Amino acid sequence: MGVAPTEPAIDLPLSPGPSRGTWATAVRRLRRDRAAMATLVVLVVIVTSTLLAPVYASRVAQTDPFRSNLSGTVEIDGSRVPVIRPNPSGLGSTPIGPTFGRHFFLGADTQGRDVAARILYGGRASLIVGVAAALLTCLIATGIGLLAGFTGGTTDAVIFRALDIVWAFPIYLLAIALSTSLLVQGLKIGPVAVDPNSLLLPILIIAVVFVPYVARPVRGEVLAVRQREYVEAAIAQGARRRRLLFKEVLPNVLPSVIVIFPLIIATCILTESALSFLSIGVQPPQASWGTIVNDGQNQLYTRPLVSIAPGLLIAVTILALNVLGDGVRDALDPRAKIRRRKRRARDS
Amino acid sequence: MRYLRPVICSFLLALLVTTLTACGGSSSATGETTTETTTTETAPGDQTTDVTLDSPHRGGTMKVVWNGFGSSIDPGVDYDGNWTLLRITNDGLVAWKRVSGQDGNTLVPNLAEELPIPTNGGLTYTFKVRKGVKFSTGQEVKPSDFKATIERQFKLPGPVASFYAVLLGGAACEASPAAGKKCDLGKGIIADDNAMTLTFKLKHQDADFLQKLALPFAYALPADTSPKETSVTPLPATGPYMIESYKPNVEMVMVRNPEFTQWSRDAQPNGYPDRIEFNLALTPNEGTTQVENGDADWIADQIPTDRLGAISEKYPEQIAINPNPQVYHMVLNTQVPPFDNLKVRQALNYATDRKALVQLWGGPKLAEVTCQILPPNFPSYKPYCPWTKNPGETWTAPDLAKAKKLIAASGTKGMKVVVIGTPDESTTSFDLYFIDLLKSLGYDASRKTLQSSVEYPYVQDSANKAQISRSYWYPDYPAPADFLDIVVGCSGYHPNSTANPNLSMFCDPAIDAKTRAALAKQITDPAAAVPLWTEIDRLTTDAAPWVPLFVASRLDFVSPRIGNFQYNPSVVGGFMIESAWVQ
Repeated sequence: MGVAPTEPAIDLPLSPGPSRGTWATAVRRLRRDRAAMATLVVLVVIVTSTLLAPVYASRVAQTDPFRSNLSGTVEIDGSRVPVIRPNPSGLGSTPIGPTFGRHFFLGADTQGRDVAARILYGGRASLIVGVAAALLTCLIATGIGLLAGFTGGTTDAVIFRALDIVWAFPIYLLAIALSTSLLVQGLKIGPVAVDPNSLLLPILIIAVVFVPYVARPVRGEVLAVRQREYVEAAIAQGARRRRLLFKEVLPNVLPSVIVIFPLIIATCILTESALSFLSIGVQPPQASWGTIVNDGQNQLYTRPLVSIAPGLLIAVTILALNVLGDGVRDALDPRAKIRRRKRRARDS
Repeated sequence: MRYLRPVICSFLLALLVTTLTACGGSSSATGETTTETTTTETAPGDQTTDVTLDSPHRGGTMKVVWNGFGSSIDPGVDYDGNWTLLRITNDGLVAWKRVSGQDGNTLVPNLAEELPIPTNGGLTYTFKVRKGVKFSTGQEVKPSDFKATIERQFKLPGPVASFYAVLLGGAACEASPAAGKKCDLGKGIIADDNAMTLTFKLKHQDADFLQKLALPFAYALPADTSPKETSVTPLPATGPYMIESYKPNVEMVMVRNPEFTQWSRDAQPNGYPDRIEFNLALTPNEGTTQVENGDADWIADQIPTDRLGAISEKYPEQIAINPNPQVYHMVLNTQVPPFDNLKVRQALNYATDRKALVQLWGGPKLAEVTCQILPPNFPSYKPYCPWTKNPGETWTAPDLAKAKKLIAASGTKGMKVVVIGTPDESTTSFDLYFIDLLKSLGYDASRKTLQSSVEYPYVQDSANKAQISRSYWYPDYPAPADFLDIVVGCSGYHPNSTANPNLSMFCDPAIDAKTRAALAKQITDPAAAVPLWTEIDRLTTDAAPWVPLFVASRLDFVSPRIGNFQYNPSVVGGFMIESAWVQ
């Protein structure tokens, strides 16, 4: 004779999952982390600057950074000069700048477009793709990890063998293969159609290739949490599966996802830059930091700033996100910091 | 004897001056040596003397850097990429004269003793093949080798077999490529090894048949050559050089062909360097630096545009610029909206700022603005430019007002236009210009980027309905038909096929009728065909299947030790490396 599980009479807080107090403590710890705070400031500056790209382009540089300006002129120090000046030898031409002034602060590219304005717009695209892809990756991976880890058995085996197939491909190879093929006709699944020039395409591609890398640790965490006493206590009290999943397991897995999130953003930005550098990510005339590095690689001799400036911004952003990620991890799991110190002491 | 002394002194002085001049040429700037050709060393009319045998410049190793090396070292497969090299390793029955200047487009006999006069109403060509010419393997070249070579052409993959489909039996070979291994041109090519004669029989007249025989596809290979493409193993050579080794994307080495004896200085002169080493692994930027540092003698790739200014200012004497019949243009698909509307095609032609695009390419020294299909210095060319503010012979400025009026009248404003392009810097910059231009004319323009290997077949296939893309055409042979009948004519239009060179899908029956008449006239009275082709050029230009942009020149950057730089204008020409002195 089986006993049907019933809801507990009183809804007691069974799990020691992160409470409001836990989050507040984490934020307090994060605030005390000077390195994390410094990188947060750097990130805020970068994000704000890129958000102000249209203002910079229209008010300061007074140019459209997405339009060719081959025959254009600009007033510098009271005199009107061509944006692209033919070389005295009659062979080739030299774009203006860098003026380090209002117009063409970092100079113009071969199309006569303002590099500084393009870098700001490019940063928007890189950050949008990075954050959106990381969000999508974490959402899908958390769902898959929860389902597989909580259900177990055949479902777990099937899901993770499927993810193993994705895992088996080198990330960049898979991303390049997907981008190259999808750029021809775009993506069409039933009524859903994504244009090859849409930012959604690199977002989807990057999100998909990183899912196994987040889903696997999430599943591991779910398997560990499932064995905890408070989960067993909830099961003993007859808690339903949905309640177990969303009230007991998910809140205890979420900190791990939050720790991974900034690191995934960094990886997604890097991947987007790589794809765009290879001309299979963000498509011209749109710009991202990767496309601008690509634009500049043919001008390295005369105009190294075109490549160096977005390259530096990518490096700074990735570094900042990684340091912030470390800070978030230490804030949410202080024991991890102690473990790391112990390991260092042992190694030394 | 006293009276003889001044005479002897004068003679010695003259000899000294002559010697000094010659030495100066060898070590001096490229620009100076371009005027000095190997042919000046031998008496005119002497067709057999090897001009390099006793020359002090004979010998040495030339080092070449070449990133954009062609797809194959098999003359039956490579299309355009390596022709300039295969030209000095192998030979056909006829060849373009191996000299600099426009004379380099003149057809001369090569392995044939003389150019044949077509008989049977232009349907039969009989050649007498030279005796005693040997492959690098030691085998003698026989007429049957040519027959086997053309048959092999049909057995190899690629669209090029159609060059010889005009032969009796050729169409059957072309139509069944799967059964190509059984291709028999017994009726189309009759080889008599004893009499050393070779007869080609055509299904119908082909005014350019001799030109087609000068292409590398018809270069003689031993009859027992495998019908499969050779990948790394060099094929037997007949020219002054043979390929010693080839590692794709790494290196290639050419050495002298021990069996070569110069039979015609016009068709295949002997070479000066003993050895030519090709570095195939360096990028154009690295290659430019190698030549700049004197570590390499010639970069076969185009110099990166951002280095043009510095290189041309620092090493002006090491730069050579020569005209090419290479026409850059935007292809407008005349079968799909909005470019199926003549007004739209005309509008885009009027609106294009060709001067800005010339500057984008590298400046007026590297490109000449054009509005028409045929390039300057090409047979039947007469300057014509309807797409400018003041229509006439030359382009002056874009006419945006006229363009906007035409667009308004076409009723196509607001339509979607996708520019098809490749990721390389040059194509991207042109595409971006046209996207902006199309937007300013009222279209919803965007770009589709395809990898280089995919882009051309994609645009070729009419099923893909590609609207607009940048392209260029370098003629296979110096004949107007190669432009007007193949690239923008009905003969080249093959719908739903990736073997379609007519990217505009343009086929006007009225123009086609005139083309047939010009082709027929070219066989019987070539001079009378010239004005016909000029008229066809104008009619096609008016129909605007292209936005012709400019005719690009070729820039070569060589090391200071290179002397006697010669440039041949034919499609298998370019810098004649065999004529260069490296010592």
